[in-house]
Amino acid sequence: MDALLECRGLTKSYGRKTALSGVDLSLSRGKIIGLLGPNGSGKTTLIKLACGLLTPTAGEILIEGKAPGVESRLAISYLPDKNYLNDWMRVSDLVQYFADFYSNFDPNRARDMLQKLNIDPSQRLKTLSKGTKEKVQLILVMSRDAQLYLLDEPIGGVDPAARDYILNTIIANYNSQSTILISTHLIADIEKVLDEVIFISEGRVVLSSSVDEIRAENGKSVDALFREVFKC
Amino acid sequence: MGWHFDSNRPIYAQLAEHIQLQIAAGVYPPGSKLPSVRDLAAEAEVNPNTMQRALAELETEGLIFAQRTAGRFVTQDAEAVDQSRRRLFQSAVEAFLKNMGSLGCSPQQSLEILKNHVEGLH
Repeated sequence: MDALLECRGLTKSYGRKTALSGVDLSLSRGKIIGLLGPNGSGKTTLIKLACGLLTPTAGEILIEGKAPGVESRLAISYLPDKNYLNDWMRVSDLVQYFADFYSNFDPNRARDMLQKLNIDPSQRLKTLSKGTKEKVQLILVMSRDAQLYLLDEPIGGVDPAARDYILNTIIANYNSQSTILISTHLIADIEKVLDEVIFISEGRVVLSSSVDEIRAENGKSVDALFREVFKC
Repeated sequence: MGWHFDSNRPIYAQLAEHIQLQIAAGVYPPGSKLPSVRDLAAEAEVNPNTMQRALAELETEGLIFAQRTAGRFVTQDAEAVDQSRRRLFQSAVEAFLKNMGSLGCSPQQSLEILKNHVEGLH
C-alpha cells in the first residue's frame, strides 16, 4: 500500500541553523507512531513541514503522494504545540467554527468528549486553565475524520486521569486507514498505545522501529532506551 | 485501569500470557468466544495492533482459533488448555525457586519452608 507520508532527503534550515537534515521516512496507514527526541531535535519542524506551514530547504515531503496543499489540509488534522484559537470564543463557538471549516469534522463526537471531560461548552476559552485549553484543542482535532493526525506535544499539561481518557479515546477512534503521529516527551505514558517509534536527534532520524522490537532486542522499555540514547 | 506490564519485555508477549492465564483460569472456558480485538485492546488500554499480534501468537500455539467473520474462540481441546495450564504452573514454580535462590535458599530448603507454610495453614 502507498505510504501515507513520505520524506525523501528532507532538509530544513533556518538561516545558518539546520533543523532537519536529509530525513528519509515513510509512514504507513493504520499506525500510532511516536515521534521522540530531545528539545530542539526537529520534531516540530518535521510536523510543520508535513502541514505545509514550512517549505523544505531541500528534499521533499509527500502526503498521499502529493506535496502539502489544499487536499492534504483535509487529510491532516494538526494539533500545534501552542494555543492558536481565539481565546475570546466560547467552546461551543469553536465546535461550530471547526464544523464550518472542516467537512470531516463531527460535532457530536466533540460534544460527547467535552461532556465526558466535564468541560462546560458555554465557557470562553480564556477563562479555562492551561490543561483544559489543551483538552479542548485535542478534542477538536480528534473529532475530525482525518487520514493523518499530527499531534505536537498533546498531553503535556493534562492531568494523568484525563491523559488516560484521552489515550483511550485515541485507541477507540483508531481506524485502520488513518495514522496518528504523536510528538512527546512523556514516553512512559503513551508507550503501550504506540506501534512504532521514531527517534530523532539533531535533525536526523537515529532509530525507527516497532515498540515490541525495541523491547525484545534491548530488554528494556522505549522510555529506558530513550534515556540511555539521549543521556546528557 | 488497564493491565499491568513489565517495562523490559515486549507488550504483545505479556498480553498473550495474560489471556493464556485467563483461559487456564477458566475466565474463558474451552469453546467460548473471546471479546473482539478492539474490546480487548480497550480493556488492556493498548494499541489494537499489539493485541492483534498477541492473539495471532495464541492462534499459532493452538490455544485459540479464528472463525472467519464470527470471531475468535478458545479451543475445544481441553487437553491443550490443560497443557498450557501445566506450563503456567511450571513457570510459577520456577519463578518461586529462583526468588528463593536469590535469597540464598536451596530448592530443598524452599520445599521445606513451603511444606511448613502449607501445614501451618491448617
